[in-house]
Parts: sequence; C-alpha cells; structure tokens
Amino acid sequence: MHKRFTFVLALVLISSLLLASCAQPTEAPAPAEPEAPVATEAPAEPEAPAATEAPAATEAPAAESGQLEVFSWWTGGGEAAGLDAMIAIWNEKYPDIEFVNAAVAGGAGSNAKAVLATRLSAGDPPDSWQGHAGQELIGAYVTAGQLEPLDELYEANGWYEIFPETLIPLISQDGHPYSVPVNIHRANVLWYNPKVLAEYNVAVPTDFASFVAALEALKAAGMESPLSLGEAWTEVHMFETILLATVGADAYNALWAGTGDWAAPEVTQAIENVKTLMGYVNTDYATLSWQDASKLVADGDAAFNIMGDWADGYFYGDVAGGNLGLTPLEEYAWMPVPGTQGVYQFLSDSFVLPVGAKNRDAAIKWLELCGSKEGQDAFNPVKGSIAARKDSDKALYNVYLQSAIDDWAKDVVVGSLAHGVVANPSWATQITTDWGAFVINFDVAAFQAALVASCDALGPCGD
Amino acid sequence: MQDRKEKRLAFLMVLPSIIAVGIFVYGFIGWTTRVSFSAWRGMNPDYTFVGFKNYINLFVNNLRFQIDIKNTLIFTVVFVLGCLILGLASALLLDQGLKGESFFRSLFIFPMAISYIVTGVVWRWLMNPAAGSRMSGLNLLFDKLGLDFLINSWTSTPTWGIAFLAIPAIWQLSGYTMAMYLAGLRAIPDELREAARVDGASEFNIFRYIILPLLRPVTLSAMVILGHMSLKTFDLVIATVGKQLVLDMPSVHMWQITFDGLQYGSGAAISILLLIFTAVLIIPYLFFSLRKEVK
Repeated sequence: MHKRFTFVLALVLISSLLLASCAQPTEAPAPAEPEAPVATEAPAEPEAPAATEAPAATEAPAAESGQLEVFSWWTGGGEAAGLDAMIAIWNEKYPDIEFVNAAVAGGAGSNAKAVLATRLSAGDPPDSWQGHAGQELIGAYVTAGQLEPLDELYEANGWYEIFPETLIPLISQDGHPYSVPVNIHRANVLWYNPKVLAEYNVAVPTDFASFVAALEALKAAGMESPLSLGEAWTEVHMFETILLATVGADAYNALWAGTGDWAAPEVTQAIENVKTLMGYVNTDYATLSWQDASKLVADGDAAFNIMGDWADGYFYGDVAGGNLGLTPLEEYAWMPVPGTQGVYQFLSDSFVLPVGAKNRDAAIKWLELCGSKEGQDAFNPVKGSIAARKDSDKALYNVYLQSAIDDWAKDVVVGSLAHGVVANPSWATQITTDWGAFVINFDVAAFQAALVASCDALGPCGD
Repeated sequence: MQDRKEKRLAFLMVLPSIIAVGIFVYGFIGWTTRVSFSAWRGMNPDYTFVGFKNYINLFVNNLRFQIDIKNTLIFTVVFVLGCLILGLASALLLDQGLKGESFFRSLFIFPMAISYIVTGVVWRWLMNPAAGSRMSGLNLLFDKLGLDFLINSWTSTPTWGIAFLAIPAIWQLSGYTMAMYLAGLRAIPDELREAARVDGASEFNIFRYIILPLLRPVTLSAMVILGHMSLKTFDLVIATVGKQLVLDMPSVHMWQITFDGLQYGSGAAISILLLIFTAVLIIPYLFFSLRKEVK
C-alpha cells in the first residue's frame, strides 16, 4: 500500500516537473534577448550597444574570400529548391566565398522575423535577408535605419528599366529603393474548376456582378459552398482583392498612400461586396489552410477560390511532392479576380542590404545575383513564381506562369495588403484584427470605422 | 563553526541559480514592465515613458482584449471543472482496487506526455465543423452511429466556441488530475473509513463527509496548477484554431501584436497583465502552503 502511494506521488512529481518545463516558453515574453550569447553573470541588456545605428563601419574591404550569410525562411518545398538553385550559381561564380544558408523554419516567416529581430537588436545582422517587398520591410527596418538604400545598385544594373515602372515606387521609400525583388507572386487570382462550371452550365464571370450571379446559380443548383475560403489570412487576402476590384487601382493606391478616403462610399461598397461573398463560402473556413481551400475547388466541392498564384504550384505540382498534379485549363483554370482585369496585385520576396553588414561586398554581389536574369530564371521556375524582370525566358515556365509573365509586362502593378506590400506591420496586423471582428457580426459600418481609425493611428492618414 | 561553514557552502551552491533566476526571470520581468510603459513601436527600442497608455488602450474600447478576457474566463471554467470532475471520477474508480489498475493509470496519464501542438492538430481534425458531404471527424462518427443530435459546429459555434477548445485540454490533463487525486485518496488512512463504517455511515456519506473534505488540499492544488496553465494557453489555440479573433486568447494577442505588429509596448502590457492574473491565482496559494510547511 505504502509503496504504491510513493509510486503515485513520484509520478505526480515527475509530471509536474514535465509540466513546468512545458509551460516555460510562454512565461518569458521578453522579446529580444534569449539567443544572445551573454555570460549568465553579465547584467541583462545585451541590446544596449545599439550597433544598428552605427552606419556602415565597413570593416576592411573584404577580399574575394570569406563568407556570405543569407537569412530566409525558405526551408522547404519549391522555395528551398529555388534557393538551392541560386546557391549553385553562387558557388560557381564565387567559389571562394562560402555561402552560409541561415534559414529559419516556420509559419510564413513569423519565427524567422522574431529571430531576425533578436539578431538585429544584438547588433549582429546577417549579410542579407529575405523579406516581403514593400512596407513590411520599409515600415520595420527602413524606419529603424537598419537598411541601406540601393539607388546605385539599381542604376548600375539597369533595374530601373528592366523592372516594371509601377513596381519601383511600391518598394521604395522617399524615392530610394530598399530591396531587390527576386520573385513576383500575384494575389488577385480567381481559381476555378472548369469541369464544375460546365456541369452546372455556369459561364466564367467577367465582372463582380456576374461573379455573384455565378455563385448564386451554383448555390441554387445545390452546391453548398461555391466559393471556398480558408483561415484568417486568406480571408484578409480575399478582402484586399475585392477592395481592389471595387475601388479600382488608383483609388486603391491612394488609400494605402494616405491620400485616399477610407470613409468613402466606394469603400463601403467594397465591404458590402465582400460581405456578399461571405454568404457563399464553406462553413468550416476558419479551420482550413489555403491548401485545404484550394483542394475543395480541385475536388469539385467548390467552384471558385481566391488565392495567390502559389496555388498554381499546388494544383500543378506532382503528386509525389504532396501536390495535386492537375492539368492546367482542364482540371483547374484561372483569371484575375473579376473587376481587377489589367491590374497585377503583387507580392514579392526580396533581399536587402543591412547597415553594418559584416561582408558588405559579398552581400552586394548576392543582390546583383538576385536581380540578374540568370538568378531569377534559376529561382522562379522551381519556386513557382515569375521573375521581377520583364526579360525572363518564358520557355522555362509552366502554362499559368507564362500567362502571368505576359500580364506582368503590361498590367498596372499594385501591392498586396496581406502579404506586406502596402501597409506597415502594425497597420496590417490591426486590419487583420478588425477583419476578425467583422466576421463575427458582419457590421459593415463598424468595420469601415475601424479601417478609418487604424489608418489614422497606425498608417499614413495621421501624418 | 561546522554549521556556519556548511551554511556558507549551501549558499554558494544555490548562488548560481539565484543569479540566473534573478536575471532571467526577475530582471526580464522588470525589463518587460519598463517596455510596457514605453511608446516602443517598430524595430528600434524606444523607452519614451507614456505612463499607463498601453494598459488603458487595452481596457478602453478594445474589442479584441474584451474577447480575450471573455474567452479566458469561459475556457478556464470549463477546463478546470472538466479536469476536476473527470479526474476525481476516474481516481475513485481506479481506487476500487480493480484488476489492471496500473494499466489504466498509465493509459489515463499518457495524453499528458504529448505536446499541445500534436493534441491541437489531432483535435482540429476531430472537431471539423464541415457539414453535408464533406462531414469528417467526430461529426462523421456521430452521423454513422445515428447520434445526430451530437453533431455540432464545435469551435465555430457562435459565442461559446471557445468552450469546445477546452475539450482537448481536458483530454490532455484530466489524467494528471486523476493522478493527483489518486495520491490524495491513497493518503487517507483506511482506519478512518472503517471507523465510519463501524459507526454506521453509508458509503455515500463516507465519501461526502470524510473523503471529499480530506481531498480539499488536492483540489486546491489542482485548481491552481490547471488555472495558471489555462491563463497561459498558447500552443493549443494556435494548433487547433489558428489566429481567429473570435477564439483569441491574451497570449495569442500578445504574440501577434508584438512580433507581427511590432507594437512592443502594447505586447509587453499584455504580458504584464497575464503575469498579474497568474500571480493573483498563485501567490495566495503559495503563501498558505508555505506557511503550513513552516508549521
């Protein structure tokens, strides 16, 4: 009896220890430090020597040897394969400079960004890092004085001419570009299942009204959820495309630049429109990933899905790689989100030059590779995106990407909200929160008021 | 002399951990407090003092924080009560001296060895709210068994969705609660029950007037341990329901506003509030149990 009690007690004790260790991480919310290699005795504050502010104390001009440390969140799938293709080119061109791939895994970069913040506050930036082009980089790192402007690099490599004209202002601050986009994705794509449309005898929509009419026809014919949707960020993604479709490219740009009016009736109409669409989505949307939502279209459980063009990689990619292996234009097809024809709502992964890079020369060589035709045409066909350059070799790309390349060269370029182009991180996070409140009660006026307020508090409207 | 030397040695032995805890726990609590009173937004630390502004912003007209509080309350009540009731019930059953007791004991405790992330992913599938032809998980099981009245939309249920999130947490920790209760039951001397039986008390009365009161310290410990865990729940929420505003918790809010939104001041304020909530729960308990030990 006694022995048994001791056993149970020991079990409880051991498990409470386990519990305690499980609970640990949530207890230490202090954002910066944990990694800094400080001796335990040294009293706190490793972030004190704000080395980030000291501008380019360029250490002895790096010779042709040395290291290049590139930081990204490309650890799997086509992204990692694309990075490997670029590393192969690097090793060929600069065999004496060791490429250090400092990739951090996890959730669309959330983890990587936290690790990067730690390194920056410890004054130990990588030589170059990946970030979503636009305000996500600018609002965070340029505002903090952590990046060098790249005017000379753009000038020397002719990028001002070879990248689309409307792209440059979106990746610049005060007229200076701050990152080199290595790939381009499109956000405003409507994916559909042509077989389902044929079966229900529904025409491919041409504008927002015919889109809603198509959804209504499918629903009336018994389809439970003609439009598929996924978790929170995919909802915001859908909202931004509908906002663009409703107000048009110019007004859309003005809203993000702080010169537009968030209280305008067009914005009200955009919110009404997205509310209409929410009436046709699957009930379990909040728990689905974007792949789950795309698969509903592939399986014929839904007819339409609004998602960025990485969905093409999922539809088209081979089954062995966990993709669906469908035939383009037969088993899945695409068009710009109705109402956004002629507009390319982009997002992009880009690389930067930090102030105080340890291997600045190598970092500049890396950026030149990122912006080169050779580098972009190595990376993008594998990653499933298109080159930012207008002169890429179309033959290397698949059916969807070829059509995207055509559009990229002629469309008006605007930026994406959910993927970091148009709004700084604080503002974008607030809009995501406000959207979350909107889907609870679908109060259009309250959502619009929140949009007005967040532009004032966190965006450029308050300036 | 010997005694003093020993004391000094003992002090030297614990000194490293005192220093480490001092810096990494209390030092950073102090630092986080400082950040919570600052205007820090963006990548560069900005310690401009703004008083209680960050805290006021959380409590005034902040729908998200109101949702956080409501969700935390519902989740904590359902989770703690669920664990206590299930834990006590299974401990009582196991205490009947049935065959294979150790097997069941291990079986009930095992879920605790699994990480919240894994539990969350599995229950995300089990509690899939899809209807009609795409029905899956538990709903599909209920459908096949003809238990249609049990089919529901789980965490997508308006207002009370968060209560369903307590189910995986209860699944994971009721075994632990059971172990605590079992230890408590085994500590009750048989003489007490026998004496009561001799006095003619019914089994129910023995339970009601002898066993339950003697288990009160266990219940209190369990409530404190489970309660502080539920306040800090983060991984379970992320893995099971993701970042949905309706199912938001303070820890998720803190993570998102700090690392996605770069609003370090506001994030630190939420952290400090979480710390205070937890302290309110734990400090009285520590106070009383320590005083008891001294006696």
